[in-house]
Amino acid sequence: MVNSLAIECDALRVRRGREEALHDVDLRIQSGSLVAVLGPSGSGKTTLLRSIVGAQRITGGQVTVLGSPAGSAALRRRVGYVTQEASVYDDLTVRQNLGYFRSIVGAPRGDVERVLDATGLADLGGRLVASLSGGQRSRVSLAAALLGEPELLVLDEPTVGLDPVLRVQLWNEFRALCDAGTTLLVSSHVMDEATRCDRLILLREGTVLADDTLPALLAATGATDAEDAFLRLVAAEPGGAA
Amino acid sequence: MNARRTLATTGRVLLQIRHDPRTIALLLVVPSLLIGLIAWLFTDTGTFQQIGPAVLGLFPFITMFLVTSVSTLRERRSGTLERLLTLPIGRSDFILGYALAFSLLAIAQALVAVGFAVWVCGLEVEGPIGLLVVVAVADAILGTALGLLASAFARTEFQVVQFMPALVFPQVLLGGILLPRDQMPEVLQAVSDWLPLSYAVDALNSVAAGDAVGEVGLDLLVIAAFAVGAIVLGSLTLRRRTA
Repeated sequence: MVNSLAIECDALRVRRGREEALHDVDLRIQSGSLVAVLGPSGSGKTTLLRSIVGAQRITGGQVTVLGSPAGSAALRRRVGYVTQEASVYDDLTVRQNLGYFRSIVGAPRGDVERVLDATGLADLGGRLVASLSGGQRSRVSLAAALLGEPELLVLDEPTVGLDPVLRVQLWNEFRALCDAGTTLLVSSHVMDEATRCDRLILLREGTVLADDTLPALLAATGATDAEDAFLRLVAAEPGGAA
Repeated sequence: MNARRTLATTGRVLLQIRHDPRTIALLLVVPSLLIGLIAWLFTDTGTFQQIGPAVLGLFPFITMFLVTSVSTLRERRSGTLERLLTLPIGRSDFILGYALAFSLLAIAQALVAVGFAVWVCGLEVEGPIGLLVVVAVADAILGTALGLLASAFARTEFQVVQFMPALVFPQVLLGGILLPRDQMPEVLQAVSDWLPLSYAVDALNSVAAGDAVGEVGLDLLVIAAFAVGAIVLGSLTLRRRTA
């Protein structure tokens, strides 16, 4: 299944309150690729990711994930989702958190140690999550999503607030997961993280500005990096002088 | 519904509480202290014998209402609920897991409170003391169920605490502790017929008076129906997709 689609959005529209957060978004994401969703805060990244994991009520269009409609029961053990805030229990230890999510997902017992190693948390297993730093907490949240080896990982700003060394480590880990066959969709507002992805989706005010590989995007815009490309695309929009 | 996921949730909630020994101590000790205070306050009158049984049902009801509504609200606000609802856990597994965990706590609380009221404060109970514990536990489960439901309608901690005077106090006022229900104005009596706590107070008074076990059973059925209703409504308010 080399060329199959992991995620397919057709004319996806989401209205949140009075504002439309996503306007007719069309996306195709190949299985086994590492894709970044980049855009400033408020551009609709989280809404897009929530629509893909089936947590978002959508206004129109269709989202298909791994061949099933987004949010269907069959997908709940095939898709891992990490919210922007570390969604783990503060008053449990790291290992207790992972033990709970492991039994919910139905992963084998040894999986807890595997994800602890994968996220560099092996030494912190017995610590209470409340006593961890922000970066450590988000790694616990990521570790929980790795349980049961989901085919698709949807990560909302996993690197926010991390020191550069840790960020590089995490992106290496994402690449390793991708090489092992997992599809990853990672959002970020840090444009230079584009260099580490197979493909990037630039999002602004609920519209996809670009969906391409970085070299192709740079060639098309004549820009030197992703941030520059973003600015040029915004400037080229009708009435969009940046 | 899935027993493994329900029990995993129960175990997780109990583990969280185990990391908070102060809450455990408060849960277990405070009801007994207040019962002792009431007994002392009414030392020279027969009032403690009249209201003591009903008070035994009140504490588990109120504390479990608060503990449950606050902890499920926390779960909604921390994002863990959103995460869980994208995972293969049924909404009923989640709610029942919570209900079971807090019921176990309620059993411990009721045992301590009843034991203290009967053996230390000298509360006279004609019926079986075990039945008194059963009714107190049923009240706690009712509090848990209503707390689960209330947390669905609260967006903040401030709101959830306000549900206590809004939902719990009227039941306490009209439940028959302050004034026997047959002496109330007719309209209020009719209202109290629709409040679950009224049946809890009835049941506790029946046990204390040594009434037939069947009568207590009927009250327990009504309490159970309210609890099940609240749990079903509560699980309907858990939405996998939100705006």
